[in-house]
Amino acid sequence: MKRFLADIKKYREYAIYSAKSGLKAEVADSHLSWLWWILDPLLFMLVYSFVAIIVFGKGEKYFAAFVFIGLSSWRFFSGTIKQSVRMVSKNSAIVSKIYMPKYVLIIIQMLINAFKMFISFSLVAGAMVLYLVPVSYRLLYIIPCMLVLFIVTFGFSCIALHFGVYVDDLSNLINVFLQLVFYLSGIFYSIETRVGNALGAGYVTLLLRCNPAALVIDSLRKCMLYNTEPDFAALGLWLVAGCIFSAIGIRLIYKNENSYVKIM
Amino acid sequence: MEDKKYAIEIKDLRIRYRCLNKMSIKQSLFKLRKSKMEIFEAVRGVSFNVPKGEIMGIVGKNGSGKSTLLRAIAGIFAPDEGSIDLHGHTVSLLSIGVGFQKKLTGRENILLSGMLLGFSEEEIRERMPDIIEFSELGKFIDRPVRTYSSGMHSKLAFSITAILETEIMLVDEVLSVGDAKFKKKSFKKMKQLISDKDRTVVIVSHNGETLRKLCDTILWLHDGAIKMQGSTEEVLPLYEEFMS
Repeated sequence: MKRFLADIKKYREYAIYSAKSGLKAEVADSHLSWLWWILDPLLFMLVYSFVAIIVFGKGEKYFAAFVFIGLSSWRFFSGTIKQSVRMVSKNSAIVSKIYMPKYVLIIIQMLINAFKMFISFSLVAGAMVLYLVPVSYRLLYIIPCMLVLFIVTFGFSCIALHFGVYVDDLSNLINVFLQLVFYLSGIFYSIETRVGNALGAGYVTLLLRCNPAALVIDSLRKCMLYNTEPDFAALGLWLVAGCIFSAIGIRLIYKNENSYVKIM
Repeated sequence: MEDKKYAIEIKDLRIRYRCLNKMSIKQSLFKLRKSKMEIFEAVRGVSFNVPKGEIMGIVGKNGSGKSTLLRAIAGIFAPDEGSIDLHGHTVSLLSIGVGFQKKLTGRENILLSGMLLGFSEEEIRERMPDIIEFSELGKFIDRPVRTYSSGMHSKLAFSITAILETEIMLVDEVLSVGDAKFKKKSFKKMKQLISDKDRTVVIVSHNGETLRKLCDTILWLHDGAIKMQGSTEEVLPLYEEFMS
């Protein structure tokens, strides 16, 4: 733990600069790319709106904002985990030349993804203004929700990074698994009303409490759109769980990271 | 007191590569019991000390464990057995094709590499003009590294480590970088860096002439073990005879 804090301090500057230049490089590659950070969620919102409203004939209140919140948070969560699986081999050029704690790579990726997430959250704000959503002090609850999202994502990503080095096709498995979680997370439907009506309230609590992505998305919607209290007990539990996962992941990485290079 | 004089202390170092590389999920499920791992030992029980300020050359044929040894000293590989003690000195590994982020520009890569070597942003910015000048890259410094030729790549790598000085420098065959002019220049710079009495340098090279000019002592590795260690005059002729 002590070593973790010392390393974070030592590599903080590097991580921030690396994330910045990573974003810059993405922009430099194609002139439209920063536009894609906005276009991407926008177009996907249209796709899901089509599926939800036209195909299934069921929308939600403030549907555009509803989908944006789900999509932006989900892309951060799943994107970081997916990238972490291949993180070490993707950065082999650096990893094999100089030592750094490997989770720094995850932090860099998280910073990049968080930046993109906040850009697409501006779409949420835009949609909220258009819908004239009434807001209150409950907007502040975004902060604990994001904290849970970051810590849980970090923990899962550390563990994914470790096993991704040893198991070649882990990324295939993770992709399928995340796809499943995607549909269970209620990105373009409300777990509470859809699942609640179909299967009963028991399943709703089960789905929301066992799946951190669904919980965070649901909580964000509650405090941003519907002005109700999120499930603080469940958020607190996931905060603790996220810390435990992170601790396990960091320990795994510290113990094994110098063997990673030998395997590539 | 005796310990303080050494910059690098290596005791009975062993490094193994596991030849069974990555596993797929199917393999790990079915072969869980009989995971027969073929182990290759690249460095077999090497112990030596490098006094502070010494310039040591490492020779040996291809695959004798030279680069592995350097990487272990740089902290990239974990020793499987034995220990490496650098007494808290900063260390940098200089080798052909240093790890750059290919999408980023040369300038950004200088900053990133420098930060990884433990320098602060201001320190690097201060020396940035020197690095750029030394690397002779000119306008290319603001282009992505993926557009560089291999010569430019190594020139930049050399310049970063040469200007941002660390207490221990590990050099892996880098003296044959770039065109004839840059080679001369880097050799001169190398000599200047090395002449600093506080700096400890370990050089891996196949070039007998370079080693003769630069090194105080030579370590001869053969199949992962030390075959000979001694002053340059003593070891180098024997090694050259062995290789011819």
